[in-house]
Amino acid sequence: MSGVAIVGAAECDLGVTGRSILGLQTQAITRALADAGLTLADVDGIATTGVSRFSATQVADYLGIEPTWTDSTFAGGSAFEMFVARAAQAIEARQASVVVISFASNQRSAASRRLGGVFEPWVPEAQFEEPYDPLYPLSYYAMAAQTYLHRYGRTHAELAEVAIAAREWALLNPAAFRYGKGSLSVDDVVGATPISTPLTAADCCLVTDGGGAVVLTSAERARDLAKAPVSVLGYGERTTNTSFASVDDPTVTGAVGSAADAFERAGITVDDIDVAQVYDSFTITVALTLEALGFCKPGEALDLVAGGTIRPGGSLPLNTSGGGLSYCHPGQFGVLLLVEAVRQLRGEAGDRQVPGAEVAVAHGTGGILSTHATVVLGRAR
Amino acid sequence: MSTFTPGPVPPADEVTAGWWEATGEHRLTVQACGCGHAQHPPRALCTACGATDRLDLAPAAGVAVVDTFTVVHRAPRPDLPTPYVVARVRLPEGPVLLTRLEGADPGSWRIGDPVAVAWQDLDDGRALPYFVPTTPDQHTREA
Repeated sequence: MSGVAIVGAAECDLGVTGRSILGLQTQAITRALADAGLTLADVDGIATTGVSRFSATQVADYLGIEPTWTDSTFAGGSAFEMFVARAAQAIEARQASVVVISFASNQRSAASRRLGGVFEPWVPEAQFEEPYDPLYPLSYYAMAAQTYLHRYGRTHAELAEVAIAAREWALLNPAAFRYGKGSLSVDDVVGATPISTPLTAADCCLVTDGGGAVVLTSAERARDLAKAPVSVLGYGERTTNTSFASVDDPTVTGAVGSAADAFERAGITVDDIDVAQVYDSFTITVALTLEALGFCKPGEALDLVAGGTIRPGGSLPLNTSGGGLSYCHPGQFGVLLLVEAVRQLRGEAGDRQVPGAEVAVAHGTGGILSTHATVVLGRAR
Repeated sequence: MSTFTPGPVPPADEVTAGWWEATGEHRLTVQACGCGHAQHPPRALCTACGATDRLDLAPAAGVAVVDTFTVVHRAPRPDLPTPYVVARVRLPEGPVLLTRLEGADPGSWRIGDPVAVAWQDLDDGRALPYFVPTTPDQHTREA
């Protein structure tokens, strides 16, 4: 357990905003600071990515502050869970006292997302993999799903439950992109437009604008702030691959080690978790990550999720915002996993509130199951 | 047999030049270390033992087994026909390669199918390996 807490959390505008990246970043940061009862003058640490080559520097300049600590680690969607670890360490080492972790994207308004990913001709994958035109990252997850369903004799119809459950949560969240859009059926998922088999459009996360921010400070300072603090209990991470071919078994991910480290630091077991926010770039991402976190054994995730376990009212409340599949996915979703975990632990989640939630896990995944970072959060006592 | 149009293939560098040179002669190679490890793509060091001075290119048999695959239905660039099959294939020498599967109905592929290397010539004298069924008959089964 660290001596650091999350004291502020907020989303920027979501969906289709027509706004700029830095305009959305400013919304996220100022709203999260207001939530904490702090101002920009209190901030001496910035962690962000996805703005420019100099992401944290860019945001610091834009906000008119000169931080004593920054981090712009680029690790896809898991970067923000990594930032929590680094920020906790920086605060404990007294290099920073108040850190803002933020992200925002206008990818839907700007139509900036490309199916093939970003071409960097100097990396080995450009010579040896990209000439074959895999969709990035989609085709990697599709191949992991193909292996998973084949090995365990499962069906796409069973995997569809991940998307169906996410939609049920989104129907309880007015901020969700699919709020008011009705329930999903198995046929809606399996019969949707095929993109990269076995995955269809309904197995894939949204492509939206959006983002958010969280504010961290010492547990001591947190006691005097506006909202009940949320303690950073533990964290862990793993980094595995950039290539489509270098991991021997794509169904066993770095989340295994990431989660084990985080749970050990927090002094908890998987049974202590009341609510889980697990990166859902694709339906298969959730199945693999539930197994990696230890909620079930390898090959059993589709048994675990069957029967409404992860839907509202189920025994494993998962992705209670509606997730990347039905709430918001701005390209890097990890910061919004943290925002939802904080709201659940504070009891602020409205119709989707998990009663009495005391321990939450947020697990981020980046790239092609490339980077994994786990954060355990708890309601401060 | 010319069956697909690859995306742009960046030039070789000092580490990969030998591998690409062999492709011009339709020879598939893997990088092998004196410690016994084989790896792909070629690197400046051995990921098993760390050596930088005992890596050589060794001929590969040119056969593989489909490790996993996906049929892509939405093209990432203009003028690329769909559907097409992207796969990981496992060489008997050890390494796994990302590649294309051609020469059979996209819906007919299965994990574990045996495949053999084929070559798509590039304009610059190099060639890009892809894989086709070892036994075409296996793909007459219902997709």
